Amino acid sequence: MRKEVIKFKNPPSIISSASVVGRREHEGPFGNKFDIYDEKDSFGMPTWEQSEGEMQRQALNLALSKASLKPCDIDAIFAGDLINQCTSSSYGLLDFDIPYFGLYGACSTCAESLLLSAMAVSSGSFEHCAAVTSSHNCSAERQFRFPLEYGSQRTPTSQWTATASGAFIVSSEGKGPHIVEAMGGISTDMGIKDANNMGAAMAPAAISTLSRYFTATDTKPTDYDKIITGDLGFEGYGIVIDIMGKQGYDMRPVYTDCGLVIYDRQAQDMHAGGSGCGCSAALMASHFLDEIRKGIINDVLFIGTGALLSQMSVQQGLSIPGVAHLVRIKGEL
Amino acid sequence: MNKKEYSRYAEKRAKKSRLPLDCFNAFWVGGIICTIGQILKKFYLMLGASEENVKMLVPISLIFAAVLLSGMGIFDKIAKLAGAGTLVPITGFANAVVSPALDTKAEGWVLGVGAKIFTISGPVILYGILSGAVYGIIYWMVH
Repeated sequence: MRKEVIKFKNPPSIISSASVVGRREHEGPFGNKFDIYDEKDSFGMPTWEQSEGEMQRQALNLALSKASLKPCDIDAIFAGDLINQCTSSSYGLLDFDIPYFGLYGACSTCAESLLLSAMAVSSGSFEHCAAVTSSHNCSAERQFRFPLEYGSQRTPTSQWTATASGAFIVSSEGKGPHIVEAMGGISTDMGIKDANNMGAAMAPAAISTLSRYFTATDTKPTDYDKIITGDLGFEGYGIVIDIMGKQGYDMRPVYTDCGLVIYDRQAQDMHAGGSGCGCSAALMASHFLDEIRKGIINDVLFIGTGALLSQMSVQQGLSIPGVAHLVRIKGEL
Repeated sequence: MNKKEYSRYAEKRAKKSRLPLDCFNAFWVGGIICTIGQILKKFYLMLGASEENVKMLVPISLIFAAVLLSGMGIFDKIAKLAGAGTLVPITGFANAVVSPALDTKAEGWVLGVGAKIFTISGPVILYGILSGAVYGIIYWMVH
């Protein structure tokens, strides 16, 4: 039988984290929580793809200095983004001279990189790992949808790819917050073909991971201080509450979603909310980890949810599979 | 829940576009664009241009305005409100050509702008010419 939940015997510690965002994210409800922002979204670079790489570079640089570590202290980087072949990560992190593992988990990349870093550190293979994730609205729009200046209307269920990046240093020693458990997600395809309703496409993956986890650990949502998904947006958030409720799990008291909260959806006209792997990465690296560090919340389930589509798969009429990776983060062990 | 049931469930609960409001906005913005076209026509005739030349000058002016507004980052903001109101007149076609061109500058003049300028308008051009040819054959056969 498959080992469903990874329980870390030596829970690794997230010793530092840093977040970098663009203008709209800075104007959102968590604007002052992020470490760095650029009013122009370009971060001084000539192309949007390079801007995204620069965001990762700045995020990792800041996370390293917060932890008082040098690049040569880091054993490996697990990093990813949304761009073809993850070039924003590979180019952005080039100068650090650290062994590099590129990841693609769409919006689940942040959770995936934390999970893999925790496994590598907890096993004793590495002492310090960096988990870095980014997305940029302009590079993602160009690749997945239309040119930036193309005049079109977005549907009410569509989500806005966040211009955001988050970096975490995961170490074998430290005061926490600790990654105590993790669970890999199973790709789930429930037949959604509408690329403008990714919340509905990803929700079944989140539901699959959550119910597998609650069954394996014999727990219920209210056993945790907070359950955070990223990024299902308004649609996916509603579907998770509805279907988990039908399975006997009342999510409402503790449940939130990064895509749902990163923007003021009405005032900023963000339709179903935010998406993109940087959305949950930046919010976890800032607001949520800060709350854990301050002791406001202690026991948190973070589930990164990704829609595994490409422009080609959508054009060929294939439905959109989702995947959702889970990490359980605790302030005090 | 199987795939079919889930797709139906997701579609049913998804918030729908506000069609009457979208139609209303498309109507008045599209109407204004056409009115501007009409004003331009009168203006060029007043300047003494021939009817034949005015038929060229009006679309050229509207295309120029749409391209300029696209380059200034204003067109997409109007289109977000207007939808088909900016898409259906010639302004939408101009935006569909210039926006990929603006977007792909970084990939160079040949493989970027040159190869990708018609990614959105290409199908319109292809099937427009094709249907024109089919109509021409039918016209030739009837006469």
